[in-house]
Amino acid sequence: MFGSGVLKGMAETARNFLGSYVDKDRLTTVQYPEEHAPRIEASRNFPFLVYDGPDPMAGLRCVSCFICEKECPPKCIIIEKSTDKKPDAVGKPQAYPVKFNIDVSVCMSCQICVEVCPFDAIKMDVDFEQTATSRFDALLRTKQQLAKSNEYYHQIHPTEAAAVDAELAAARAKAAAPKPAPAVAAAKPATPAPTSAAMASPVATAPPTAAPPAPPTALSSRPEAACRSGETRSATTEASPTPDAPAPPAKETASE
Amino acid sequence: MSTLTLDPIAAKASLLKKDGGQLLEVSMGPQHPSTHGVFRMDVVLDGENVVKLKPIFGYLHRNHEKIAEDETYLGSMPYTDRLDYFCSITNNWAYALAVESLAGIEVPERAQYIRVITAELTRLQNHASLVGFLMQDMGASGTPLMYAFREREKILDLFESLTGARMMCNYMRFGGCRVDLPTGWLDQAKKVVAAFPKFLDEFENLLVSNEILMARTQGVGIIPAELIVNAGITGPLLRASGVNYDLRKVDKYGIYDRFTFRVPLGDHGDVYDRYMIRILEMRESVKILEQAMRDIPEGPFTDPKTKVRNFRPKPGEAYGRIEAPKGELGFYLISDGSPNPYRYRVRPPSLINLTVLEEMCLNRNIADVVIILGSVDIVMGEVDR
Ligand code: SF4
Ligand code: SF4
Repeated sequence: MFGSGVLKGMAETARNFLGSYVDKDRLTTVQYPEEHAPRIEASRNFPFLVYDGPDPMAGLRCVSCFICEKECPPKCIIIEKSTDKKPDAVGKPQAYPVKFNIDVSVCMSCQICVEVCPFDAIKMDVDFEQTATSRFDALLRTKQQLAKSNEYYHQIHPTEAAAVDAELAAARAKAAAPKPAPAVAAAKPATPAPTSAAMASPVATAPPTAAPPAPPTALSSRPEAACRSGETRSATTEASPTPDAPAPPAKETASE
Repeated sequence: MSTLTLDPIAAKASLLKKDGGQLLEVSMGPQHPSTHGVFRMDVVLDGENVVKLKPIFGYLHRNHEKIAEDETYLGSMPYTDRLDYFCSITNNWAYALAVESLAGIEVPERAQYIRVITAELTRLQNHASLVGFLMQDMGASGTPLMYAFREREKILDLFESLTGARMMCNYMRFGGCRVDLPTGWLDQAKKVVAAFPKFLDEFENLLVSNEILMARTQGVGIIPAELIVNAGITGPLLRASGVNYDLRKVDKYGIYDRFTFRVPLGDHGDVYDRYMIRILEMRESVKILEQAMRDIPEGPFTDPKTKVRNFRPKPGEAYGRIEAPKGELGFYLISDGSPNPYRYRVRPPSLINLTVLEEMCLNRNIADVVIILGSVDIVMGEVDR
């Protein structure tokens, strides 16, 4: 009969409409923003920097090895290395980033920085509700904005964070056993060399042994937007001794 | 009349007909909801009939191939997600396949199974949404598309819990996959796949025997098998014209020789056949998925010998191709031994499938152009790259 196909389809629509009241599989949407869909543990959007301990800037795990900067496909990470050293997550004296910026308007959330970082210093965040009122500086996240605690990391990716912590604890135990390196290292600061990177950044001239200064306000970090330009960035890269050399993974570092 | 020649369109002699009438040149797109992205068709109409059609693209050109020559091999992987953004996992696979044959990397057993499972899930969600969009183009406003998206959502949730992202998965790596299946993922996937045939039944009930749909699609946009083979068309479009060519059977890349599935073929090569082919292919994909999820072994999910960083394949060239949901997706790479490919070329199915658009649309109504384009299944991210 002509029209029976149409009627059959209508019956299907009715079944779906009525079914949506009783069957959860037929109504999968939620009323955002009042309701949120359950968060999926593996989900990711933008990277953040993990720190241990109470002080975000002193506890950053990042040793500014430039690997992520080099591997990031759209090149949206901009790092400036310190000239002095401080103990890293496993207690070995390491440089730290004076400047660590991620341009989130360029970042494509690919997670490659997380994959290549040998120090478990950079991880993916899940915070997707972000706004900015201007196009450039507001979307250039500084290390003060990027630093999030290890507890936060545990909160958003519990399984992954637990595995990372176990690994780091093992590395720390290994490092502590043969020689108490951290204390010696902290007492013997490296001489700050007047490289172009150091001159470009006032933070680099801070006393080496002390923790980096308290997080500056958003305003004082604004000039960093200038490093979007090519010259400043290449200067930064040249200032680092061997940005191309593969940094040793955390475990090897610890055993030295 | 001299006043007529002042009109710039009428001034084109080719638009004047012998009987005194006029042809009309219409620019459909680039910002048109029926063109599936920023795509333009320059259509010359005689009344409602198409006498000439010129596809114009390039509005979404992102320089993918040239950028890839400056990226490391791994660095191009997330960019491949953005080609056909509906099927990022199959794009990853085609690229990984090319690099693996370039560098001679073996893929472990479990990774092969994971690849098949994720690729077939991709096919399910691509075809489901394509059919939804096709119905939308035909005026079945919203309902079938929303049903399709509801099912697609469940598959995207699976992708998110596996890869971290719903669409830009960036999941495959040279020699395997980025992460192993999380605990409970397989059970969840089995549930989704087991429920899928029920959705397909409903979807068929909804529209397959609908008289209006049949009137709109049967006999529309026919391409003869000979033309379609000569034009290099692949994928469901080719099979709808009755040519039995599926790379999963022809190349047996990965481990596709281990699964029993059939390749559905069309008879007429019209829009209705293309629509049915997609429904039938989804049923076959469900079969592959069931077998793969039953047989998946334990073991490593990636080749431990392959380095992520400082990856330099030896000089040479390679072409890797797979049966993506839209057709043959190939990556052609030349390595000169440096960390960046010397040449990187994509063979996108969407672009090549578009080349016969004019032949399909000639002497059809302008309204048919919309559904013919819908049945080709294009994603502009892949057409323009
Ligand atoms: S790879 Fe890790 S340690 Fe190195 S600069 Fe990046 S975040 Fe810091
Ligand atoms: S997620 Fe990708 S694009 Fe974003 S900073 Fe990391 S490597 Fe770069």
